[in-house]
Amino acid sequence: MKLFSFLFTSSIGRKVLMAVTGLSLVAFLLVHCGINACIFFNDGGETFNAAAEFMAHNWLIRSAEVGLFAGLLIHIIQGLALTFNNQTKRKEKYGANAGNANSKWYSRSMGILGSLLLIFLVMHLKHFWVVSRFTDAIQETAGSTLFDEMIIVFTDPIPVIIYVIGCLSLAYHLLHGFQSAFQSMGINHPAYSPIIKSVGTAFSIIVPLVFAAMPIAMHLGWIK
Amino acid sequence: MSKLMKLNLKVWRQKNTQSAGNFEEYKVDASPDMSFLEMFDVLNEQLIETGKEPVAFDHDCREGICGMCSMVIDGRPHGPKQGVTTCQLHMRSFNDGDTITVEPWRANGFPVIKDLTVNRSAFDRIIASGGFVSTNAGNAVDANSILVPKEIADEAFEAATCIGCGACVSACKNASAMLFVGAKVTQLSMLPQGKPERQSRVVAMVNQMDAEGFGACTNTGACAAECPKQIPLSVIATLNREYISAKMNGK
Repeated sequence: MKLFSFLFTSSIGRKVLMAVTGLSLVAFLLVHCGINACIFFNDGGETFNAAAEFMAHNWLIRSAEVGLFAGLLIHIIQGLALTFNNQTKRKEKYGANAGNANSKWYSRSMGILGSLLLIFLVMHLKHFWVVSRFTDAIQETAGSTLFDEMIIVFTDPIPVIIYVIGCLSLAYHLLHGFQSAFQSMGINHPAYSPIIKSVGTAFSIIVPLVFAAMPIAMHLGWIK
Repeated sequence: MSKLMKLNLKVWRQKNTQSAGNFEEYKVDASPDMSFLEMFDVLNEQLIETGKEPVAFDHDCREGICGMCSMVIDGRPHGPKQGVTTCQLHMRSFNDGDTITVEPWRANGFPVIKDLTVNRSAFDRIIASGGFVSTNAGNAVDANSILVPKEIADEAFEAATCIGCGACVSACKNASAMLFVGAKVTQLSMLPQGKPERQSRVVAMVNQMDAEGFGACTNTGACAAECPKQIPLSVIATLNREYISAKMNGK
């Protein structure tokens, strides 16, 4: 274990861990987005429910879920710790600031964007994950499937607005995070980095856009 | 001679490391052809003539290669121009009647000595921890006994143009010194002369960097954007790569 202790102690090691856990969350997002997009078949949730059923009962997926939560926790705790630690490195602040002249606002706001995502995530897990895993609420309420639960939650406009804000935070968090993760792992090459940046930008726009379309489409009754 | 510009300056004044500082306002008439430091010379002569304490600021070569002129001008290290140091910045980059805020580098790793002068010996200690190559003394060896491909020599030279001014630290929101350390590690790890100590060097330098109180890198890119020698952000990726591989080898 001593070989890997630098991932928690040194400045470079800690950001490498942020990069690795961050990219594993990117991989999760792709799967999550793909499966949820099944609601756009607009077949009363039939395809989506079948996919959700598979994800809930496949032992390989369930095992991976443990790893996902471990990675998520590390990303959250390490991210908050690094943000607070970095803020102590300049005791006397500047009188004049010109941050926008040399960097993008979202690259300097990863702590805030991540915290917004965390708040959204707690709510999101309570809406769907806790309900489907640990309670029989789905069976007790009017609906009986995850798709019906989505319909119920998104009838109320407040969750819809919060979900859209969550997706916007995700977009900006990814816009910096995706390409930054590769730089942290030491991958910066004149041939590959432009490709990584383009893929990262496309991912950061498309995935949050597809996610945001779900509560909106359901609220407006386009998906039934 | 061109017409003089009327400038309002807000300059950070601080007696010593321990005392609290504050901004003082001054008025200076400067020629657009003056360098920023020459404008400060005019200000200081004005202050001396009126029996006031002149502003302490660092400077040496005044031709952009020594890295001493550490001034944050309107929130940007070395001022608004790209790829220049404060001494190479001219007053024609400003407008008549401008109010200019001038502050020292601000970072825990760079304590203020007085006014705009900071102590950058943390960088010397990082270099002393590993930023060198060990060679045996003896007869002078032939200049071409170690062959270095031209592209490698050029790339190492690009990193070696770092003058250690500390603008990267001052621009970074985390006061991180990784562009400086990255430049040094890149330069030495690329050349055959630097290979024997490659792994122990990067670990020692990163340990020293962390111990000096510099922050961690979050890849905002502010350092490379403000670097007067335009050291690219890729040197930090090289630093990360060198460090990860040294650590995975149990260094």
